[in-house]
Amino acid sequence: MDLNTLWFLLLGTLLAGYAVLDGFDLGVGILHPLAQNDHDRRVFFNSIGPIWDGNEVWLVTFGGALFAAFPEAYATVFSGFYIPFMLLLCALIFRAVSIEFRSKTRSRAWRAAWDYTFFLSSLTATLLFGVAVGNSILGVPLNERGVFTGTFIGLLRPYPLFLGFFTVAMFAMHGSLYLNLKIPHGELHNRMKDWIWHTWGTFLVLYILATIYTLVTIRHAIPNFENAPWSVLIVLANILAIANIPRATYRNRPGQAFLSSCVSIIALVALFGIALWPNLVTASNHPENSLNIYRAASSEKTLRIMMTIACIGIPLVLTYTSIVYWTFRRRVVIEKNSY
Amino acid sequence: MNFDIVLLSRLQFALTIMFHYLFPPLTIGMGVVLVYLEAMYLWTKEPIYENAARFWTQIYAATFAMGVATGIVMEFQFGTNWATYSRFVGDVFGSALAAEGIFAFFLESGFLSLLVFGWDRIGPKFHFFATLMVSLGSIFSSVWIVVANSWQQTPAGHHIVQMVRDGKPWFIDGQPVMRAEIVDFWKLVFNPSSAERLVHTLIGAFLMGAFFIMSISAYYLLKRRHEDFARRSFTGALLFATVFSLAQLASGHSNARMVANYQPAKLAAFEGHFKTGPADLNLFGLPNVETQTVDHQIALPGMLSFLVHDDLKAPVLGLDKIQRDYWPPIRAAFTTYHLMVGIGMYFIGLTLFASFLRVRGILFKQRALLAVFVGSVAFAVLANELGWASAEIGRQPWVVHPGVLRDGLGNILFDSAGYVQYRMDEGLLTSRAISESINSGQVLSSIFMFGLIYSLLFAVWVFVLNHKIHVGPEPAHFPSETTTENLLTALTGRSGHDETKEKL
Repeated sequence: MDLNTLWFLLLGTLLAGYAVLDGFDLGVGILHPLAQNDHDRRVFFNSIGPIWDGNEVWLVTFGGALFAAFPEAYATVFSGFYIPFMLLLCALIFRAVSIEFRSKTRSRAWRAAWDYTFFLSSLTATLLFGVAVGNSILGVPLNERGVFTGTFIGLLRPYPLFLGFFTVAMFAMHGSLYLNLKIPHGELHNRMKDWIWHTWGTFLVLYILATIYTLVTIRHAIPNFENAPWSVLIVLANILAIANIPRATYRNRPGQAFLSSCVSIIALVALFGIALWPNLVTASNHPENSLNIYRAASSEKTLRIMMTIACIGIPLVLTYTSIVYWTFRRRVVIEKNSY
Repeated sequence: MNFDIVLLSRLQFALTIMFHYLFPPLTIGMGVVLVYLEAMYLWTKEPIYENAARFWTQIYAATFAMGVATGIVMEFQFGTNWATYSRFVGDVFGSALAAEGIFAFFLESGFLSLLVFGWDRIGPKFHFFATLMVSLGSIFSSVWIVVANSWQQTPAGHHIVQMVRDGKPWFIDGQPVMRAEIVDFWKLVFNPSSAERLVHTLIGAFLMGAFFIMSISAYYLLKRRHEDFARRSFTGALLFATVFSLAQLASGHSNARMVANYQPAKLAAFEGHFKTGPADLNLFGLPNVETQTVDHQIALPGMLSFLVHDDLKAPVLGLDKIQRDYWPPIRAAFTTYHLMVGIGMYFIGLTLFASFLRVRGILFKQRALLAVFVGSVAFAVLANELGWASAEIGRQPWVVHPGVLRDGLGNILFDSAGYVQYRMDEGLLTSRAISESINSGQVLSSIFMFGLIYSLLFAVWVFVLNHKIHVGPEPAHFPSETTTENLLTALTGRSGHDETKEKL
């Protein structure tokens, strides 16, 4: 396996890490309107309070790693998707600020305004991620230099939009399973348990539709799956994980249900990677303009240096992340340092 | 639309970086103070230190959140607006940013949660460790950012080569496609300006933290509230500010010498030095590009020559030796630089005077001086902003400043017209660095978006800070924890019983 492949895998890992971790954060935001009074809303905020910031770092590091390992892809995607990225930045800024500042004063109007902001920004960010994935799978027009030659409206095609809604459903389900682990026992917790059935049901319907839609429209990805027969195992893991969510919830094993949701998200990111391979940005107009893992890459020396940095950094990152998740493992208790 | 897209993108970058840069220096500076307070608490066990640390943590967290929220914009912007630059330097510059993500951001964000939410969940020693890690994380972050930016100023450790596509050298329309690639990673990290600039940046951040704390403490002293807390905070921060104001002078001096050596056009612009020869140090003036003189000049004769070459008569390279196309904007560079230096001198005078009064034990009776300290934090913010602005304006018209050609003895080489020769292949002009796929309408609308969001954010941040400062720290002798918790439990209608159950 060469360094370019290794970096493709590493970026996939960062993306999967981000989707699993910030996925439930964003899901909590999408489900936020379900909380009916101030105490419940604070429980929602504090369920992700100590960890959302660290989760978002996975996205920042994904961006940095893409820049360092595949600068051509970074430049093409970020400049080509100018308006979507500006909207994403807007959503992420408002989201961060709404979490941080919402409970800083007692004013009801202040809190209500930040509650809406939190919901809308979480929804927008999630939708945009899904649309981005859809566009990556379909490909976008690129010129010989690898510069995006399409338009913003051209990105809003039915398939990417559909994947946007699918991602919203997926993160909403993921968020509800997370909340099921974090909400203290009581009325809100019972309500959330009921909600899992709705979020899971919606996700399942959209999952089936997305699978059919993909198989029908994305013909160019099929050879990749034929060349990698082991990818059947990923599909199988995905289906089993999705099926295990209602089973585990029914048997009152919230941890297992949440882990199943994590597995299913990781499997979906893996399938996305296989569909994309070996391209980072597929040129829909001239396939020979596609930015694959060799054309878009930094020099071999840089890839090796970055790999050293990653090998030193990743164990450290996993250590801090475990410490933080362990410290805040219990269900939410609202106290004086809470949001 | 007729707006120049390069100008608009520069405007957007200036707006977003200057807004972002209100917060990181403050968190870097306050982080050190938090580490100090918690160390003192561990050592002395005096609750006043813990209360002080808890109070500053709230302000720290609000500021940190602003830094994080506005920081993501910076990372994205290289790709959105400066894609051609990103393609050219990604191999080199991207590595520094990725290293920042892995080494700094995870450290900061992970331990920040323990710092903010961990007070009653983890022991004081572990809490101190978390605070130390957050503080270190924010310093690591500044290290990688300053390294990346210094590489733009004094590039090293790389070479410019033609890109390879599908195993063959890559040409488009017969033109080779070139980019920078790493040759020596450590030479890149320790490029000629990174250490000097990092020291200067960190001291600037420490000063901002110290002046921020002195401002709030002075406010409490004037209002006669939390006086014990305020006196201690003020004294600690004053000591800190005095030492670092003086250190900044030394660091600034050695930075100026470094700039004179590697970026002669920048130093000439800073000082409005048009004609090569012995150079005066301008204390005041307005450079006039038309007449190539400094109007309303007040200057120390020969002083710049002395500072750069230890000789009052030594010639300093002037703008006449720089091709006109490669002049930085002279007025902007001169003004930002001189205001920064002026503020630095003001800090030295102010902190020395206040320290003298503190030693005499009469500082806290000087209400007018305390009022000056309440306002002086604005100058600290300004000095940090101006420092970055002058460094970046002075680098123009380059986004990657090329090295100066020298002979074997290190003397600068001039071309036949008498101009300084640059290693042209190494540099990249800002005007050539812009994204190819964006238009000025898009950039204009994103500038409006950021302008609007940032005004709102700033108002929110000031509002929250004002609220926190108004509430103030908890009195030291008050058994705060139990009371507040009981109150909160009552308010939230939850009994301690639930919590015990959770622990089981």
